[in-house]
Amino acid sequence: MTLKYNNSYINEVSTVAGPYVIYGPFKYDETFTDYYDNEETFEKCEIKNYIKCINILLGKCNKSENDIDLIISSDLLNQLMISNFMMNHFNIPFFGVYNACASFCEELILASTLIDSKKMNNIITATSSNNLTAERQYRNPVEYGYQKKKYQTFTVTGSASCLISNKKSNIKITTATIGKVVDFDVKDSLNMGKVMAPSAYETFITHLKELNLKPEYYDLILTGDLGKYGKTIFNELFYKNFGYYLSNYEDSACMIYDNNDKRVLAGGSGIACINLVTNSYVIPQMISKKYKRVLLIATGALMSVTSVNQKMSIPSISHAVSLEVI
Amino acid sequence: MTKEEYNNICDKVMPKESHLKRYVISFFIGGLMGFVAELLTNIFINYFYLSYNDSISLMLIIVIFITSILTGLGVFDNLVEICGAGLFIPITGFAHSTTSSALEYRKEGFIFGIGSNIFKLSGSVILYAVVSSFFFGLIRYLLLEI
Repeated sequence: MTLKYNNSYINEVSTVAGPYVIYGPFKYDETFTDYYDNEETFEKCEIKNYIKCINILLGKCNKSENDIDLIISSDLLNQLMISNFMMNHFNIPFFGVYNACASFCEELILASTLIDSKKMNNIITATSSNNLTAERQYRNPVEYGYQKKKYQTFTVTGSASCLISNKKSNIKITTATIGKVVDFDVKDSLNMGKVMAPSAYETFITHLKELNLKPEYYDLILTGDLGKYGKTIFNELFYKNFGYYLSNYEDSACMIYDNNDKRVLAGGSGIACINLVTNSYVIPQMISKKYKRVLLIATGALMSVTSVNQKMSIPSISHAVSLEVI
Repeated sequence: MTKEEYNNICDKVMPKESHLKRYVISFFIGGLMGFVAELLTNIFINYFYLSYNDSISLMLIIVIFITSILTGLGVFDNLVEICGAGLFIPITGFAHSTTSSALEYRKEGFIFGIGSNIFKLSGSVILYAVVSSFFFGLIRYLLLEI
């Protein structure tokens, strides 16, 4: 399912980055160096920095809470705990959505559709993830050590938000492809790249087919958080069908951290991964006209602790959104 | 594309884990742990004039204590990542998983937090230790008494 938009623009973005991410190559609006950041728990720290992120965005675009019609927010914790508590602090209507790490594009699609239908004017989309809160929910206690696999990804700590509006700006949201669930019966919850690569590929191909485009149409194709090995799988899948490798393809998991840091293993993951890379790298590059057309493919692994413990497979989903400089 | 075709592509891409290196490291670390424990036991026997059984118990208490302290300081998980089973298989693994669970659930209170969750990871060790000791006891009884 591919949609076209006429008057949906990204007006302003904000980013807050935490430990490990701050040693990466990009600049962020605000940073913190400690997982507690003077709070009692990791969760409270995540909520605090999420609120900070939204406040920075409101400050940057000089808008008050009354000017915003809706916030669409997502995070990794059960029942969207972080989003719910963040929204305690704002007097703005709220949608909580969850498609795991594909939520970023899901939010952009929802926001653009609402704006394009002229029902709303200003919508904030926001995402947040935190390495330790995710680790303790999905895996083991924080202090519990085990030998890690090379293909594991390392959840990004940070939050990011965008203001989507019908007011013209440099960056227009032009098209979007809503993905379908893909399941190749992968059961290893540590191997996110293997789980998500086929769904990213499927959404990518659907997008090209439905709009009748060539991959070269885009200056940059950016997938969400496949990691070092997932990125190679994506490229191999493309090679198998097209006979050549993509030269304009990048994966945000491989960009967000310092590449010499061995502790981050195969790269970043988590909802905020692609959102932070988009806000701090892709959008500035688009404003400076280095990239004119960018395709974002956010990839999500739809697992829960219960499904993994019951040895069920991990379904995955990817949504694509294309941005153009006007 | 079928599941098998996809798995074939992935198998080519996925990195090879260097098991041999891990085996060698854990072999030597495990040996070192044994050496330190034996040294402690002998010190207690020869210099503190404790019985053999008391020395063993004291040695275990010290090893557990050090593991728990290191877990609390956030050092032990990093060591486990490097040393693997050599550091993990003895009683240290039990102490480490118990302490890390206790730390994790402290914020949820003493009863429903620590109390309910402290054996979350190490509970299966207790259960199967009790079950297997029952069966070994039974076998021993059958062999020796009948």
